Amino acid sequence: MTTPTSVLVVGASAGGLSVAEALRREGFTGSLTLLGAERHLPYDRPPLSKKVLGGAWKPEQTQLRPESALAKLEAEFVLGDPAVRLDVGAREVTTASGRGLRADVIVLATGLEPRRLPGQEAWAGVHVLRTVDETLALRADLLAGPRVVVAGDGVLGTEIAATARGMGLTVTVVGPQSAPLASQIGSQVGGYLAKLHVDQGVELRLGIGVAELVGAAGRVSGVRLANGEVLPADVVVVAIGSRPATGWLAGSGLVLGDGIVCDSRCQAAAGIYAVGDVAFWHHEGFGAGMRLENRTNAVEQAMVVAANILGKDRPYTPVPYFWTDQFDAKIQVHGFLPADAEVAIVEGDPALRQFVALYGSRGKVTGLVGWNMVKQTRQHRQHVVEGTAWSEVVAAARVAST
Amino acid sequence: MRVIVDEDKCCGAGQCVLLAPKVFDQRDDGIVILLDESPAKELYTVVREAATVCPAAAIRLEEDE
Ligand SMILES: Cc1cc2nc3c(=O)[nH]c(=O)nc-3n(C[C@H](O)[C@H](O)[C@H](O)COP(=O)(O)OP(=O)(O)OC[C@H]3O[C@@H](n4cnc5c(N)ncnc54)[C@H](O)[C@@H]3O)c2cc1C
Ligand code: SF4
Repeated sequence: MTTPTSVLVVGASAGGLSVAEALRREGFTGSLTLLGAERHLPYDRPPLSKKVLGGAWKPEQTQLRPESALAKLEAEFVLGDPAVRLDVGAREVTTASGRGLRADVIVLATGLEPRRLPGQEAWAGVHVLRTVDETLALRADLLAGPRVVVAGDGVLGTEIAATARGMGLTVTVVGPQSAPLASQIGSQVGGYLAKLHVDQGVELRLGIGVAELVGAAGRVSGVRLANGEVLPADVVVVAIGSRPATGWLAGSGLVLGDGIVCDSRCQAAAGIYAVGDVAFWHHEGFGAGMRLENRTNAVEQAMVVAANILGKDRPYTPVPYFWTDQFDAKIQVHGFLPADAEVAIVEGDPALRQFVALYGSRGKVTGLVGWNMVKQTRQHRQHVVEGTAWSEVVAAARVAST
Repeated sequence: MRVIVDEDKCCGAGQCVLLAPKVFDQRDDGIVILLDESPAKELYTVVREAATVCPAAAIRLEEDE
């Protein structure tokens, strides 16, 4: 493939900006356009549910790069104008305002849209959290109302619960799993997280879902659980997961499943790539298709996509990584943690809230969770990278604890 | 090249230490420690990679023009 003369990136956030930066770093001199639905310059999302919601940071502090650095990129930013249509053959995007943007290569980096409860738009006091504007709206409501119910027991829901509790609110988390984050980190370590929340005064209502919102005069007053019980609330946060922002691609001819379906090079069609939370690609090392929703993935995948745009032929085979900060816990998760994995504590002690847990499946280490033990976590990550024999790490852990 | 880290932004991911252990380390709480603010030329590539991969955009580089 010859080097393209123009690249259009749809979605001007972590993934999209990283593609643009990597292209320039690798010597791309053609024209570069970033199209974004939001009117803000690229900003970072992880601080939203932590420092911005809690008030420690002003929203401007989330901006990913200073304007001087963005200027050096020599890219055109078209902001506040979402893409509404893609013509795959002509490689042209049409925007809501009617712009037509054509390029040799198009990168799709549109991220996720939060799932909502049916009819939630009708009620004031009900929030989702994906953007900085949504964060500020939620913060304003949290400052006014003392009782908040968080629907959702995943990473985002529990983080919001921890931040709201830190603001002194009365917080209840409702979710269908046996322990928070059970689908990401398993029920054992999820149980330690449940204990942390309970110790900090969060009420957990686990193993049950929210059936509907209740309220009066246009304002929410609580949630009804699947068993009919009503939990009163001044503010309800809906954090029940997200879906890839691919609605605008329906009918484009691209294969859409759990995201934009790509090959192992993150290519969806000739000259069309996907990156970040929206991309479902084939992981050659893992031998299966997958989609990751985390910050490190957005940049690592962007670097591979930029290289492939410039004619390299690199598969994308990351060791997944995400972190979450809740109360005093910094939780770091590397690799793959299948539901049936065995778990071994190899450093520290969960009772002391400092430990590293390795996860093993089919005789090998596949993943780990570190809890307030960053250095040890980094060292044990090597077991995940190498797929160390499970028997070996378990034996070593036994020796260490005797 | 001059390396600048923003400790307030750093989220302790440690990607920088994995890539360039001669330039970055971490405190016990994970926050980055800058070991070498003007690294040798042969480290430029890994330091640039660390600045890119840092998931908190906490590493800034002032490149020699
Ligand atoms: C509150 C919050 C906390 C998080 N905390 C963590 C954490 O602690 N650790 C971690 O690893 N990850 C965390 N994440 C996940 C991380 O932020 C994402 O993985 C990362 O932002 C993905 O980057 P992206 O560029 O793929 O998508 P996004 O950041 O979602 O960016 C997509 C962009 O595309 C735009 N867009 C959408 N549709 C269109 C369209 N049709 N046309 C043009 N533009 C469009 C959107 O407006 C958005 O700006 C968190 C996410 C959130 C929301
Ligand atoms: S990669 Fe970034 S966030 Fe992680 S330790 Fe280094 S500076 Fe901090």
